[in-house]
This record gives sequence, C-alpha cells and structure tokens, in this order.
Amino acid sequence: MKYLYYPGCSLKGSGKAYEESLLAVFRALGVPLAELDDWNCCGATAYMSVEETKSYALAARNLAIAEREGLDVIAPCSACYLVLNKTQHALQENAGIRSRVSGALGAAGLSYQGHVRVRHPLDVLINDIGLDAVKKKIVNPLKGRRFAPYYGCQLVRPYSTFDDPVNPVTMDKLVAAAGAECVEYPLKTRCCGGSLTGTVPEVGQRLSYILIKEAMKRKAEAIVTVCPLCQFNLDGYQDQISSRFSEVRLPIVYFTQVLGLAMGLPSGQLGIHRGIIDAGAVLTAR
Amino acid sequence: MPLQQTIKYEADRDPHFADWIQSVAGGENLRQCIQCGLCSATCPLSLYMDYTPRRLINLAREGFKKEVLSSFTIWLCASCYACRAECPKQIKVTDIMYTLKRRAIQENAFPKRFPIPVLAREFGKMVFTFGRVNETLLVIDLFLRTNWLRFLSMTGLGLNLMRTGRMSFLPESIKRREELRKILGSLEGKDEFLTWAGPVAKLLDEKEMLK
Amino acid sequence: MRIGFYICHCGTNIAGTIDAAAVRDFAAELPGVAVSRDYKYMCSDPGQEMIVQDIRDNKLDRLVVAACSPSLHEETFRKAAAKGGMNSFFFQMVNIREHNAWVHEDKAAATQKAKDQVRAAITRVRFHKALEKKSVPVNANVLVVGGGIAGIHAALTLANAGKTVTLVERDSTIGGHMALFDKTFPTLDCAACILTPKMSAVKNHPNITLWTYSEVSKVEGYVGNYKVTVKRKTRYIKEDLCVGCLDCIEACVFKEPKFRDDFNQGLSKRKPVYMSFPQATPKLVTIDPETCIQLKTGKCRKSCAEACDRKAIDFELKDEMKELEVGAIILATGFSAFDPKRHAYYGYGRYPNVYSALEVERLVNASGPTNGEVVLRDGKHPKAIGIIHCVGSRDEHTNKWCSRVCCMYSLKLAHLLKEHTGAEIYDFYIDMRTPGKTYEEFYDRLLQEGVHFIRGRVAEVNDWAMTPEEEGKLVIRVEDTLAGFVRRIPVDMVVLSQGLEARKDAGDVRRLFNIGCGTEGFFQERHPKLAPVSTFADGIFIAGACQGPKDIPDTVAQAGAAAAEALALVDAGHVELEPNTSHVVEEECCGCKSCVPLCPYSAISFDEAKKKASINEVLCKGCGVCAAACPSGSIRQNLFEDEELFGEIEGVLS
Repeated sequence: MKYLYYPGCSLKGSGKAYEESLLAVFRALGVPLAELDDWNCCGATAYMSVEETKSYALAARNLAIAEREGLDVIAPCSACYLVLNKTQHALQENAGIRSRVSGALGAAGLSYQGHVRVRHPLDVLINDIGLDAVKKKIVNPLKGRRFAPYYGCQLVRPYSTFDDPVNPVTMDKLVAAAGAECVEYPLKTRCCGGSLTGTVPEVGQRLSYILIKEAMKRKAEAIVTVCPLCQFNLDGYQDQISSRFSEVRLPIVYFTQVLGLAMGLPSGQLGIHRGIIDAGAVLTAR
Repeated sequence: MPLQQTIKYEADRDPHFADWIQSVAGGENLRQCIQCGLCSATCPLSLYMDYTPRRLINLAREGFKKEVLSSFTIWLCASCYACRAECPKQIKVTDIMYTLKRRAIQENAFPKRFPIPVLAREFGKMVFTFGRVNETLLVIDLFLRTNWLRFLSMTGLGLNLMRTGRMSFLPESIKRREELRKILGSLEGKDEFLTWAGPVAKLLDEKEMLK
Repeated sequence: MRIGFYICHCGTNIAGTIDAAAVRDFAAELPGVAVSRDYKYMCSDPGQEMIVQDIRDNKLDRLVVAACSPSLHEETFRKAAAKGGMNSFFFQMVNIREHNAWVHEDKAAATQKAKDQVRAAITRVRFHKALEKKSVPVNANVLVVGGGIAGIHAALTLANAGKTVTLVERDSTIGGHMALFDKTFPTLDCAACILTPKMSAVKNHPNITLWTYSEVSKVEGYVGNYKVTVKRKTRYIKEDLCVGCLDCIEACVFKEPKFRDDFNQGLSKRKPVYMSFPQATPKLVTIDPETCIQLKTGKCRKSCAEACDRKAIDFELKDEMKELEVGAIILATGFSAFDPKRHAYYGYGRYPNVYSALEVERLVNASGPTNGEVVLRDGKHPKAIGIIHCVGSRDEHTNKWCSRVCCMYSLKLAHLLKEHTGAEIYDFYIDMRTPGKTYEEFYDRLLQEGVHFIRGRVAEVNDWAMTPEEEGKLVIRVEDTLAGFVRRIPVDMVVLSQGLEARKDAGDVRRLFNIGCGTEGFFQERHPKLAPVSTFADGIFIAGACQGPKDIPDTVAQAGAAAAEALALVDAGHVELEPNTSHVVEEECCGCKSCVPLCPYSAISFDEAKKKASINEVLCKGCGVCAAACPSGSIRQNLFEDEELFGEIEGVLS
C-alpha cells in the first residue's frame, strides 16, 4: 500500500496541523505517502468562477503528473478532493472539455488518460487500511470525550462514493475507534460558509456560528473536521462570531489529530499547538 | 419610499440566454425546473440572496440576463452542492452558478466592490503567476482592494495565526512554472487575468518572491 | 399476380412528412402492381370501400396498405380484403407512420425510406399463402388475482353476471389498502362502511370461491384455456371449523401482544395468532409461523389449541397446491407505498414523530391502534402538524412520476387531523393536483378551514433550533415559493405523503403471467387509451393501481372495465387464434430436441415414438424462436416463411 500525497495550498499554510497530523498518523500505520512532484493549486472554487476550461486544465496537470506514478492520490482538503474529482468527471463525461484539456496539457508535453483515482484519507483509512488495523494502534483511547463529527459539504457532495452523502459515518467510526463518543450532530454535512467567512463575514460567520453553537448545545467538547477551510473558519473566527452573535468557544480539531493522540503520538508532531482555540485539554482521556 | 414599476417587457429578455446556459457543461437540465424551491430551502445562504436560487433559475430560463448577472445570488453561492445533490430534477444548480459567475465577470456585470468576484479574479491571477496560492497574501490583497477598513478588524485573527505559525508572507511557487503557463496560455482567455499584480505584489519584488 | 397498393395520408400525420403521391407513383411501377392509390384516411369507410371495390373490379389477388401500425388497423384491412373476396392473409401492412413519418424530419429521406418499405412489402406479399384463423372453445370461468377494492369489484361484477369466479388474495384477508383507511376523499365517507359490505358480498356470493392467504405459483395455457396452480398457504387453522371467536388469541401463551402488527403499520403489536381487523374476510384467525413458538420450536403448551372448543387449530397442516382452469384472468395486485426511509432528509425512522401517511390513516381510524386518538409516539398530542407532499414522487432520485392520489389524500388527512386535534396544519405541496369530480371543491373547503398551504418542496426535517419556539420541536425548512423566501416552521408531528409504486415483486408476477411492464414497474396496458385494461397477453386483464397510481373511483371504474372485457371474452364461448403459428415439417426434423426447451409457451413436445418434434398450434403464440433456432430448418412459421422474409429483405435492399 503506497499513495501519492496531494497537500494543496492550505495544508502548506493555515492548515499545517492537518498535514503534520496526517503524515504522522500514516507513518505510524506504516503506510508511506509520497508528495506529488511539483503539484500545483487545484483552483478551488475561485478559479472555476473565472475560467472553465483553464480550471479543469489546472487541476488536470496534477492528475497527469500523478498518472506517471501509477498510484492513487490522497487529497485531504475537501476542496481539492472535490475539484480533482470534478475534473475527472468532466473529462470523462464531456468530450469538448476533454479535447480542450488534452490539447492544453499537450502544449506542455503532458498527457492524461483518466486512470488516476483521487481519494480522501477517510476513504483510505476505512476501506484500504481498515478499522481493525487502526484499532490495533490505539494506545491512549480518549475515553469519556464527546465530539461532534463534522464532514462539511464538498467531501460528501456530489462526487464522493465512499460514504453516505446524507448521513456519512466513516469519521464517526474512526472517532469511536479512538475511544471517544460522537454526539448526534444533524449538521454534519452543512456548509461552514466556505470562503464567505472571510469575504462577507456577516454572512459566512453566521453559518460557522450555527455549527459551533449546535455542537456546544449537544455537549460536544470539540468539533472534529476533515477539511482545512472548515477548521480555519470554525477555529479562527470565534472571537468575531462571539461579538457578532453570541458567545461561542469550542476547540476545532482534525480527525487525524484525534487519531494521532489516541495512537500515542506526541502532540508536537500533530500540530495541536496550532489551534487558535486550545484543544490540548479535550484531547486526552477524561 | 419611491415607487418602482416592476413590469417586464419582452424586450427586456435575452431570448438566447437559456439556450446558452444549456450549452455549457452542467446547464443541460435548466429547463426541467418545476420551481419546487428545494434548492432555496436546502441552501444555507439563500436567506441573504437577492433572488433565491429557485427564482434565479426561473429568471435565467426566461432570459432575464441583466437581473441574473448583476445579482448577489450567484456570488453568495459557496459551492456546498446541497441543491445539486437534492434537486428532484437533477439540475446542476451549482454548476449553473459557476457558468453565470464567469459570464458576469466577462461582461463586467457583477456588483462592484463586492469582495467575492474580486477574490475570484485575484485568486486566478495568483495561480497563474505562481501555480500555488498563498492565503495570507491573497487575503491582504483582497481587503486592500475592497474594504481596507475591514483589514483592521482582522488584525486579531492575524495575530492569532502568527502566534500559531499558520501565516506566511512569502508566496509558494511550483518549480516548473513555464509548464503551467504553456498549459493555461494555450487556452482562450482574457490577458488581463493573467498576472498577479495586486497592491501587495507591487510592494514585493517579483524576482525576490520567486526565489 | 395482381397487387393492389394503397398509401394513407393519415391527415398530415403521414403526408406532412412523406410525399404520398410520389410513393404511389413509385409503387405503380413495381412488378405485379395493378392498382396504386393514395387517400386521406384509408381506415375510413370510403377508404375501405375503395379497397373492396378494387378487389372486385380489378381482380386483385394481393393487397398492400402503407399506413399506421398493424396493431391499430391490420384487422380493419384484413376485413376489407375478406369483404372483397380475398383471403385475409394475402394482405401485408406497411407501417410508415410510427416507423417513419413520426420519427423523421427530412422529407426527402423519409419519402425514400417509405419507398423502400413499400417495395419490401410488395416483394414479400407475392409469397403469402391463404391461411385461416383457428377457433377454439373458451372456458367460462375467471380468475381474479388480488383482493383489494379492484379485485373485489371485478369479482362481484363477473359473479353477478353468472360467471364462476375464483378470487385469490395473498394476505389473510381481502380489503387491500382501502381497508386501512378511515375516511375517503372527497366525500369523507367512512371507508369501512362502503368497503365491508362488498367484502361480505364476496364471501357470500355463490359464484365466488375466495382463496385468501394464497398465491398463484404457475400459469400455463393460452387465451380461453388457462391452467393455473395456486399455492394455498396454511394458516394452521381448519378453515371450515374456525368461526373467528378469537378465544385462541386470548389464550395464546404470549400474554401481551409482542410482534409487529402489519395491518396497523407497526403502530401496535399482535400475537403469533391473529386476525388483522374485526371485519377481516374471511373471518378466520391465522398463525404466523415466524413468531409462533410451537411452529418455531415445537415446544409450546399450545394453550390456543386447547382453548378452541371446535378443535380448529392443527399445527400439522401443510400448504396445498390447487389447480384451476379458467378462460380469463384479471390481475388486480395493487401497489406499494413508497418507503419514506429512502428520503433520508425527512428523518423518518430517526425522529419518532415523523409518520408515514399510511401510519396516520391508522392513527386517525376509529378501529386503529389508538381508537382514533391522535397521540404521538412520545405520548404527546400535536399542536402543530406539517404534511409533506410528493415524498417519493416527482423526484429523479426515487420515483419520477406524480402519484396522483397524494394531494387529495393529504387534504383529507389535513382535514381529519385538524378535526381530531385542533392543531395548526401546514401543508407543503409543489403543485396542488385536484383533477376529479368535486375534488377542487374539497380543496376550497380545506382552504376555508384555515390550513396553511405553503407551495414548496420541503428540504429537510431537523431537530436543531434557531429560535426559542423551535426548541424541542421538529423544524421544517422550506422555501415559501409564493412568498419568495425560506421559512423554518416548528411542528410536533410530520406526515410524509408517500407516493405509490409498483410492488416489489411486480417483475415476478409479470413474468408469471407473461405480460409487460413499463420502466417504472407498473403493468403495461395494451394501449393507453383504447385498450387500457388489456395486456399483450390475450385473456389477461389488469385493473387498479397495479397498472399505475390511481384513486378509488378510478380503480373501481377500471375494475368494472376489466370485468366487462373478461366477460366479453368468456361469454363468446370461443376465440379466434392468429394463424401465424409454427409447424414442423416432419420428414426434415432430425429429432435433436433443441427447440423443445426454447419455447416460452411450452407448445412443443417430442414424439418419442417418431423421434420428431411436434408443435401444438393452439399453444403457439407465433414468437418464431423455434423456427429461428431449428438447425435443420424444418420448422416453418406461417407469414414468416423463408421466401417471405427473403423477399422482404430483397425488397428493402434493392
């Protein structure tokens, strides 16, 4: 089992803790991740708003590079996961886009035949590595902790096939394997506000506020996320949200951090200190 | 309150607008809409939109291009795909929103100084220049262009990010930038979108940045 | 050979695309064609008369008509041929409407194609042989499958006409879905009051044999002469002894009911020995082998059997196979209600106070689990209720079609719930569909009663509150499309108006009876307008919601129509069979038997003495499989002989 790792821009910036904890967990599980050679930005939601074919070509360059390696690509960021899969679909289903993108790749001496599989670490952990292998590595179960599992939108909609789009459960299983309890969280696939949280704060932050408030109401001690933008929105703006709506304070962690601590990895390797709301206190057994 | 007339005449419509949307990938099912409003109801942002997604679809289908392209609705779409996943007629609403955003930028019809289209454009330029995006620089640049007062309100967040080591002031770049330029340059598009040259870029020496 | 050729304009249906005069002139030049004409409507009386007159005047001995589908007018022109004195089967029909004019836009190309089609028919028709239809006697008895209101009405209609009817029902009682309902729209008359008299009439009718708890397992034969095998499952009750006193239920070793009561949609419990409802017909108890301790383990005190003073309970009883001979069959197997769990956003199965419409039918029913008191699963009485239409209807993710009855039954439930609870009622619809006699008036009444009608498809039922009023409630999120904004409405109870779909096993039933069904799974009628209760299997008719969603008035009307069609068939005493059957040329048959298992109608047998295959031409439906498969070419099919087919191919290609 070996994978290509596509970090995306966020995991090299505000989402460093995700990269650190993801790499540490996979290392501990003995599954090597090789960073994709000279990867470029997937284009996210923004580039698609400006250029259609160019944004597919931009994403396709990554797929073309990955195809040479013949390995599945792991994309931990939900936006990257969505865009790369969306590109796969567009290239497969739309002959016009396919020929324009092949032409553009060809201009730089690249080609893409459509054989790469883009996967999310949740998918790989549950379906390739397996829950049992993960459980075997758990040495510090986070007993007595209650977390809200939050999947966000772009991971489960509309392309994901590895989990239920209405009520996804793969992360619930991993959190449970780490010894913690998942609260019933009906907002698990509702949007966090995406880039609006920064651009139109009064609008975007309301969405984040609803998510945090409801998790607190359900007595969760942290929200567990799978995406750097969700983590950033929910973690970074709590001061502003508190003054704008009502007081909220809740640690926002990556599922890989939860797993890493339960697996006994040192918190320094997992970027726990990078949380703006301190999460250290709730990531231990009670 | 000034009284306004809301009647629309046939001359106000672009009769080819719906056909055009249907010709773009994702727009195929536009005319299937039964106006049930599920998209609006499932949309977490519809409460801020000037037209709910359902109304926007109907305006687009009927060819009210001006209203559609100048709306806030298309820019408030956060691409969460809830509408697309649930639409009973499998209309790819999110993709249609993208199609309309691109047209609005092309026709310069989007609401001016509204930060989202500005972000989209600056993002595109930065990607073209470096191949990757530096969130810190992008955001600073955005605020300076749209609302620099808000920049001040973000200092708390900025300090927090610096404290936790999540901020970087140097743009990351891919190694083979020429390769990417060949790819993107071979496709049609407006030249003005090509190079990132925001206020922040002007402060930094490009050659320095690209080391 | 003197061939008459006619091309029909069908108004503009054909002539709008195909140049009829050009085709007429083309055909006139083909070898053997003595007469070639075009006419506006060949199927009209003057059109037919033209053929009759030409046959007589011009001594025609072959006839070709280019018009619509043979399924519509082949018979018309065969009759015209016969009237003119020609054997009916010296005729060939060319379908230039469905196969050509309706599917093409390029007029020149369509006209060329029509010429090719016509040349093929004219080349083939020379090889036609004189054939005669066979007449076979018809069994006068009728089988009705399904004991809902459709089957009940069809059976009674036939029985009243003096026919002997067997009604087979899978459940332990007849009554179907209608027996679940409290009131019926739009008149709000009590469902039981109008249904149970008909159920009793079935039970007591001297001409009806009622087999409940039974299923058809095999169908053989052909129109007028079907042989049907019915599996009569045992109830472990001697049906002639049980009087339905219910003492056994009282005496069951389970002191309290413990198992899901299907009739009450799981809202109550029943014991292993049960009767679905007080007016169950026949009035017999049934023992469920899945839950009865004696039947599962053989170790029970059998207190039920002891309690029965008529000694009607017998755990040794076995299922029985019965055979029936009937001339016609009516299928009235009904529908399934959409399982609202499939629409995950509405929280059915997750939130206890989200109900399916069928559950609510039982909940408001005076003979239901709560005697008609609307008390929720959490024990509360609702103050606000949301009714959501189109659950599993008009949705590409589940069922595409409109289920036709949901708007009306939702209005009915809105009325009944308001009457029973005094709650605020919110009704969420996409389009209010009330086409039916006095249906719109019923909608008017509900509007007047103050129900909130909100036009919008509900996105979600959830339990996260945004305001103090929403705490502890189910919140419905919907766009009020007429107002143009999104609303959140807190309620205590949600009713999901399930759509109608084909039964899960409709595909098996379809194959059993050799009829067709559409992509959505409902049984296919022979023609949507002109043969709505017939199927492509002669002698098998369909009625009620097995053909498509419909309400009780339409179901009963259709059941009457199916009964009339069946009656017309069996009352005639005989039926004519198409002569397009296969036969074996014995001297050429090599006895390989490869045709025998291929025949879908079991019409081929093997004569061991002669070592030759033999085809029962009464059973043969003319599908042609055997003729195509026969390695020695010894099977010939009337109207599809080699020279006829090769002639057709040659004609279309030359």
